[in-house]
Parts: sequence; C-alpha cells; structure tokens
Amino acid sequence: MNDATSNTVMRSGHHGMALPMTAAGKERRAPASEATKIHSKDVCVFYGQKQALFNVALDIPERQVTALIGPSGCGKSTYLRCLNRMNDVIEGCRVTGTIALDGENIYETKLDVVMLRARIGMVFQKPNPFPKSIYDNVAYGPRIHGMSQSKADLDEIVHGSLERAGLWNEVKDRLDSPGTGLSGGQQQRLCIARAIAVSPEVILMDEPCSALDPIATAKIEELIDELRENYTIIIVTHSMQQAARVSQKTAFFHLGNLVEWGETEQIFTSPRDERTQGYITGRFG
Amino acid sequence: MTDFTMPSIPGSATARLRKPDLSPGRISRRYAAERRFRLYGVLAVGLAIVMLALLLISIVSKGYSAFMQTRINLDITFDAQELDPQNTRDPAVLKAANYTPPIRKALSAQFPDVTERTDRRRLYDIISNGADRQLMKMVLANPAIIGTTQSVSLLAGDDFDMLNKGRISRNVPEAERVLSDKQLGWFDKLQSGGRVHYAFNLDFLTSGDSREPEQAGILGALIGSLLTMITTIVLALPLGVMSAIYLEEFAPKNRITDIIEVNINNLAAVPSIVFGLLGLAVFLGFFGLPRSAPLVGGLVLSLMTLPTVIIATRTALKAVPPSIREAAYGIGASQLQVVLHHVLPLATPGIMTGAIIGLARALGESAPLLMIGMVAFIVDVPRSIVDPSTVLPVQVYLWADSPERAFIERTSAGIMVLLVFLILMNAAAIFVRRRFERRW
Repeated sequence: MNDATSNTVMRSGHHGMALPMTAAGKERRAPASEATKIHSKDVCVFYGQKQALFNVALDIPERQVTALIGPSGCGKSTYLRCLNRMNDVIEGCRVTGTIALDGENIYETKLDVVMLRARIGMVFQKPNPFPKSIYDNVAYGPRIHGMSQSKADLDEIVHGSLERAGLWNEVKDRLDSPGTGLSGGQQQRLCIARAIAVSPEVILMDEPCSALDPIATAKIEELIDELRENYTIIIVTHSMQQAARVSQKTAFFHLGNLVEWGETEQIFTSPRDERTQGYITGRFG
Repeated sequence: MTDFTMPSIPGSATARLRKPDLSPGRISRRYAAERRFRLYGVLAVGLAIVMLALLLISIVSKGYSAFMQTRINLDITFDAQELDPQNTRDPAVLKAANYTPPIRKALSAQFPDVTERTDRRRLYDIISNGADRQLMKMVLANPAIIGTTQSVSLLAGDDFDMLNKGRISRNVPEAERVLSDKQLGWFDKLQSGGRVHYAFNLDFLTSGDSREPEQAGILGALIGSLLTMITTIVLALPLGVMSAIYLEEFAPKNRITDIIEVNINNLAAVPSIVFGLLGLAVFLGFFGLPRSAPLVGGLVLSLMTLPTVIIATRTALKAVPPSIREAAYGIGASQLQVVLHHVLPLATPGIMTGAIIGLARALGESAPLLMIGMVAFIVDVPRSIVDPSTVLPVQVYLWADSPERAFIERTSAGIMVLLVFLILMNAAAIFVRRRFERRW
C-alpha cells in the first residue's frame, strides 16, 4: 500500500479522477485505508504578476501527518495557505486550479469560506493568542460558530480542547489570566487548543515550532503525534528532523514546484529527484 | 557565483586585522554627543514648560478676580405705593414695576448732601444698573417684603468693582481716571461704613452674557460649548470611525478609494473658516437651520473633525498586528467578526487619541462659528441644540473685544473655564481610552 501512494507517477492517476469526486469515487477509495482528505490539482498562485506556485498536485491522506519541506520561498507556506483560503486575505493574490476537501472544490464561489476555515484549522509560525483570557481564546471559535448551548457546554469544550492540547494541567488554575502571559511553547499549544476547539477535520501548521525552544518543540511534536488519531495534519517545517519525526508523508517543494512527495521514509532514504536528495542532505536550502 | 567576485582589498597582502577604535578620546566624544543631545531635549522641554507656566500665570493672575465680586449693602425700602399702587400683588404687575427708584433712594439716603444732577448720576453708578432685576426677583419670590425695609447686598458697578480689586489706581490724576475723586470718596465712605463686601461671584458661573461686565456670566457659552461638543461627538465619532473601518477593512483598493484617501488628507488641512462658510451656505442657506444654534455649530465642527478622526482611526486599525487578524480568520471568523471582535478593540485607544485631538481642536475653534452666527450677543442660557447660543472661545473673543476695563478679567476667567472644560473633556477621553486598553 505504501508504494501505491508514494509513487509520483501515480499522480496522473489521480488527475484522471472526476472532480468534484463523486460519492461512488469516494467509496471506491475507502478500502484503500488511506482516504484522501484533500486533493489538489494544477494549483497555481500569483502574487500580482509574480507566480509563486506552479501546477502543484498533491493529495493529503486523512488522519496522517503530511510535512511540507523545502528551502525558504519555495511556496510551501503559500500552498498551505491555499488550503483554508487564507490567501484570500492578501491583496493581489490569485489562486487557480482545484483544491478539493472531501471531494468538494473549496475554490467554488458558492463555498462559504467561513465554514471552510471552521473545518480546516490553522496554527501559525508565531504564537498569536488573542489579547484575551486563556478561556476566551479557546472559547472564541465555539462562540462564533454557535457550538455551545450553555456555559457548561462551553466550559466542557474549553476543558476538552486544552486537555487535548496538553495544556490543561498547566493553566487550569488561571483560565482568566491573559493568554499572552504564557510562555512561547504554552502560547503555541494554546493556539492549537484554540484551533481544535472548533472540531476541525484538518489542522494546518505553518512552522509551529520555529519560535520555540527544543523542549517546547518536543512537546508540540508529541502533541502532533497524538492529534493525528483524530485530525488530518499538514505541517510546514524547516527542520528535516522534525519532518522525519512527526510525519508519515512528506512533500518537497522547490522554487514554487512540488518536486516530489511520498512516504516520509522513502523521501528521506531514497529520494527520486536529485534536488530532494540535495536538500535533505544539506547541500542547498 | 560565477559572475560574482569578491572585491579585492587594496594591500590585501599586508591585510591587518581591523579593530574598533576604543581610544578614550573617541569614546568620550561619543558620550559628550549623547549628553549634548539629552541637554537639548531637556532644554526644549524646559522651554515648553516655562512658556506654559507663563501663559497660565498671566491668565490666572488676570482672571482669578472675576470669581470674586464687590457687593454693597443698602437698606432698600420696598415702597408699596411705588411698586404696587393697587395692592394687587399680581406677579405681572410686580414684574412690570420699576425697581430703580428704591435703589436710588437708598443711595441718596446714604449721601444726603449729593444734590447736583450730574453728581447724583455718578453716585448711582456705584450700584450696577442690573441690580433692579435682583430686587424684582426678591419681590417675586416673596411679595410679603413689599412695604418693608430690607438690607440687600447689591452688585457694585463695574468701575467700583475694579477700584475695590485694585485694578483702578488712585494715584492716577483725576482727569485720566474713570472714577472721579468724589466717587472715590463716596466709595470710601461706604467702605468705612462696613457696607462693602467682597464675596465669591457665583453669578459668573450661573448666568449668561451681559453688556454690563459685573453681570456677565459664562454659563451661556459653557452650555453652548457643551451642546456643540455633544453634537460634534455624536456626529463625527461614529461617522468617522465607520468610514475609516470601511475604507481600511472592506473597501477595495482602487483608484476611487485612492482619490477618497487623498481628499480626506486634504480636508484635514483645510482652514477651519472654510468649513464655516460651507456650513453657512449649506446648513443655513440650503437647509434653513436656525442661525447661531449649537446644532449647526456641531455640524460644522464635525465636518472639520471628521478627517482627523478618519485618519487617526485608519492609522490605529493599520497598527493592529496582522497576526491577530490571521488568528481570527484561521478559526473561521467572518470579516465583520474579525473587525468587531479583534481589530476594533485593539484600535480603540488609538481611535480615542485621534478623537481627543480632533475634539480638542473643535472645542477651541471660533472662526467657523463666527460664520454661522454663533458670535451673536446672547443673554439667555441655551436649553436645546436649536436655541441661539455662543461657545466659550467666541465668548472670550467677544469679551476681549469689549472696551470696559472689567471685561479684561472676564476674558481671562473665560479662558480659565475653557481650559478646565478642555482638561475635563480630555480626562474623560483618557479614562475611556484606559478602560479599553488591553495589556499585551
């Protein structure tokens, strides 16, 4: 089964599949145990006149960790931000191609971007808790999406989210203190708790550990491994060790192109492309 | 790497290690420069403080005496024959009665030897010619005093008030003095008779303007300013903040919004009198709103304040870190939710600062208000935003323009009230700003 999806040649096979995916198509893929959560094809991104991403075609498997690696400016963050349409916010940014979440094109005009972002959560490079209390940070998403009927309900969501983010024991006595008063690692886990509080299906992480010390990084990585059971995770990272540690799938980007993607183990042990080889062995990047 | 070569260092063969110059001379020069710079700063601040102190001292030293007033006790006989011959005690009759003779009689009783016409007229100047209204109010409040003799504390005339406050020098030759030697003598006699009082002048804070300086009060202008400011805040703040939010957060960035932005910046620099002319043409001429009304004043001042508020709000919105917006977008907040829940609260302190600056400028503005008739002489205290009224700076201007000596202290006192009003307004705004300020 590993070979089936890791093969870059297989991409053409995916292209052939009708989009948006029919229910039948989905069912047909289900037994393969690696259901595709996000299917993308011909994704091009332009910032004004400048093209940042060239015909990226990548399938993200469900309930696995997919790492996007590559040198700075290679377009991996740009690709990540396409998945929850965060690029919409950027002035002059244009995205073409197809990205389908569960077979539904997210760039369809009738799609509600707010609902999309509730399904695809995001954790940013720099911890960015709201300047509000820890409780309000986590409760904000459930509140705006009307996920709780009562205060007790909301308390439960907050508790559960902090618990799953591994932060509950550290903050349970000071839920009312500002989220910005936590340490960097705690802030990042608070951001993860905030993201999972709205029960997303996918969590996008844009270099979540780059501002953290090794101990905090280890905690986050551990957390990612646990979250994998329930969520599809896509992580952009500059650390190849981190990609190797936490991910099952790895995609290597270079100069706006998706060079190669497949099983993490395969990418790191026997890359097909010499650019991948060069990057992971540290010859450039 | 192929077309890039390291620049060759001259004499690189004998290249020596370059070290920072740590010689004492250089270092002390560096510190000296720093000390000099600080000194300039201290001097600048010091100069500003000295200027402010001079301003305050000059205003307060001239103006504090307006809060005190000379009063003269006289035994007034409320003659029933004169005030209410028919004995009706009808308020209309009592109101129409002439209360000046009782005052004159009381004065004449004090100085029976003053008989000549001109002398008597000068004698009557000792009491303010608005004092009859005081008697009328007394009688209206209590008609039973008719037929009795009461000791009443009456306002002194402005020149005698000035004399008592030491603003009119006795050493000046009589010909150059407002008050004659005789008048000085009469006043001294009253004073030695214990009839002259010097008391806190509550009337200054509780009455409207008057042609007589001793009766002129600031309340009309104060209420006028208050009403005008309220109108300005109510109009300019929501309009300005809404426009800024739309322009900054929602509007597409294109040629039209560029033009709007440039024009807003231009408007902020337009002389205020132009706004006055605009108000005159549009609000009075076209819409036919009442002249001299705080409503129109507020409209004109809000036009003037809008650009300031818009620019300050846009700056404050821009200053909100993008990471907060991203965080909110990332969990599925809509654009409106991002703005209302996150951006606006964080921008509030900045918006308040801009609003304070704009309103403080509006409060001190007089030129545009002259254009819409708020410079009129208005005695009554306005009760609504459509009553004729004036505002504090215009009142100060009117008094400064008056020839009577006693208006000098009123002018300064008016400035003091204006400054206190300004300080209170700013304090309120800072208080609001503090409440909204979030700790990061």
